[in-house]
Amino acid sequence: MRPFSYHRPSSPEDAVAQVAPMGPAGQGGAFLAGGTTIVDLMKLHVVAPPSLTDIGALGLDAIEDRGDGTLHVGARVTMAAAAEHPAFRDRAPVLSDALWKAASPQLRNVATLGGNVLQRTRCPYFRDNVSPCNKRDPGSGCAAMDGINRLLAVLGTSDQCIASYAGDWANALILFDATVETLTADGGRDIAFADLHVPPQDHPERETILGDDELITGYRLQIPEWARRSVYVKARDRESYAFALASAAVALDMDGDTVREARLGLGGVATVPWRAREAEGFLAGKTLTEDVATQAAQIAFQGAQGFGHNDFKIPLGQNTVVKALLDAAAVQLTEEAGQ
Amino acid sequence: MASRQDKDGRGRFPGRVTRRGLLKGSAASGVAALGSYGAGAQEVQSETARSGETVDVSLNINGADHSFTLDARTTLLDLLRERMDLTGTKVGCNHGQCGACTILLDGTRINSCLMLAAAADGKAITTIEGLGRPDELHPMQAAFIQHDGFQCGYCTPGQILSAVGCVTEGHAGSRPEIREYMSGNLCRCGAYKGITEAVAEARDATIEWAEAT
Repeated sequence: MRPFSYHRPSSPEDAVAQVAPMGPAGQGGAFLAGGTTIVDLMKLHVVAPPSLTDIGALGLDAIEDRGDGTLHVGARVTMAAAAEHPAFRDRAPVLSDALWKAASPQLRNVATLGGNVLQRTRCPYFRDNVSPCNKRDPGSGCAAMDGINRLLAVLGTSDQCIASYAGDWANALILFDATVETLTADGGRDIAFADLHVPPQDHPERETILGDDELITGYRLQIPEWARRSVYVKARDRESYAFALASAAVALDMDGDTVREARLGLGGVATVPWRAREAEGFLAGKTLTEDVATQAAQIAFQGAQGFGHNDFKIPLGQNTVVKALLDAAAVQLTEEAGQ
Repeated sequence: MASRQDKDGRGRFPGRVTRRGLLKGSAASGVAALGSYGAGAQEVQSETARSGETVDVSLNINGADHSFTLDARTTLLDLLRERMDLTGTKVGCNHGQCGACTILLDGTRINSCLMLAAAADGKAITTIEGLGRPDELHPMQAAFIQHDGFQCGYCTPGQILSAVGCVTEGHAGSRPEIREYMSGNLCRCGAYKGITEAVAEARDATIEWAEAT
């Protein structure tokens, strides 16, 4: 690791004031939460912030039901705590399943939900700190396009970058029209979660709309009663502790066999947390058969582009969507689970 | 748990020749290269920070309080091994992928390679040296021996600490659940079957041990 100065402020306001003068992300200071991404990347010299502002003393670690169906989730709630929380486990299993199916128990005990949505890609060329990579070193090129791109994205790519978004929980959170609460030295703002991440386009080094001194402090989300019928299906190289090759987050509002409303998120296949709204629209009002689910999956992957090694992700992703839709439709809801 | 510790909390006993001491005094010391799983193959061992800003850190380690002035880059793993000579905690991948460095932090299992020591200020750490003693093994240690939960032993300290965490988190209810919630610890010898059996057998005794200490 390169040397850095370490700070541990005691309030969110102090934290953003402290990190503010440090300049652009990558060269400037960074916030430290669980550290499971940034310490890893600092050891690889992929990032080298001159200062770390540790937010470990700021609280922000509660999940609160604020009535009227609004759930408030602090940015420092750990993945492990959130995965076990009844507000997720019982009311929207997809939000719990996407957490316990991610990472390892040791990592989940430390990694926070604020940091989780900001975790960096696992593209091997980004991480090796040697190859051309427009995300790590803007303008240097992309070694992945013609390289070993088996793990990389087929949706939301550009001619600059095909790095896949590696996380799981964000692909479930995006189903619930969540709001991200942030703080800067100039005050706070709300960001629609679906607007937080930006696809690579011409600037793959820019991954979110967050400012350099902007701290995620928490999330607000609305969980509809019918989200008890939700699943997270994750296809990967080994059965546990692996990143998704393809994943699907599904929540269904059903009237018998008919879909009132469907929500569909995709992981492992896109450059950003991905919501498949056209497929959702197609499903509304349909009787959910395997044939209908297959058509929805095809719509979800319209425009998908493989780069050779990752061509298999298109059929794998479609099959994952079909399985998730049928699994969600088959969920047996009990009255007790809703209370 | 302090009653189970030797005086300095390091699990060392007078007159014993340690493997580390032996290595230090032999020609083997310079070639103790550790395998790297997955990422970061260019790193052969923990970086020992020699420059950069320092931080003051206080920790309770295996029941004893310690204070340090450290390079800010020092991870908990570096601190335990290089400053405290607690070499039971192993360096595997050094990137949170293998679990060899697993310790308990305030009773919760974590990868010590990915946590800065500064970020753990004020907390309590349990390493394999503080879990049990040779004459009074923690039930999980005894169960690993009973069920051949290892071959070479390199991953074993991390496996055992992780197993204790798996039990106290309430995820040792069945063998499939144990396998899922022990997936953060890799064993290249492939002793998974024995490990699973050990966790299942030691579950109740581990809970009793935790309640008694």
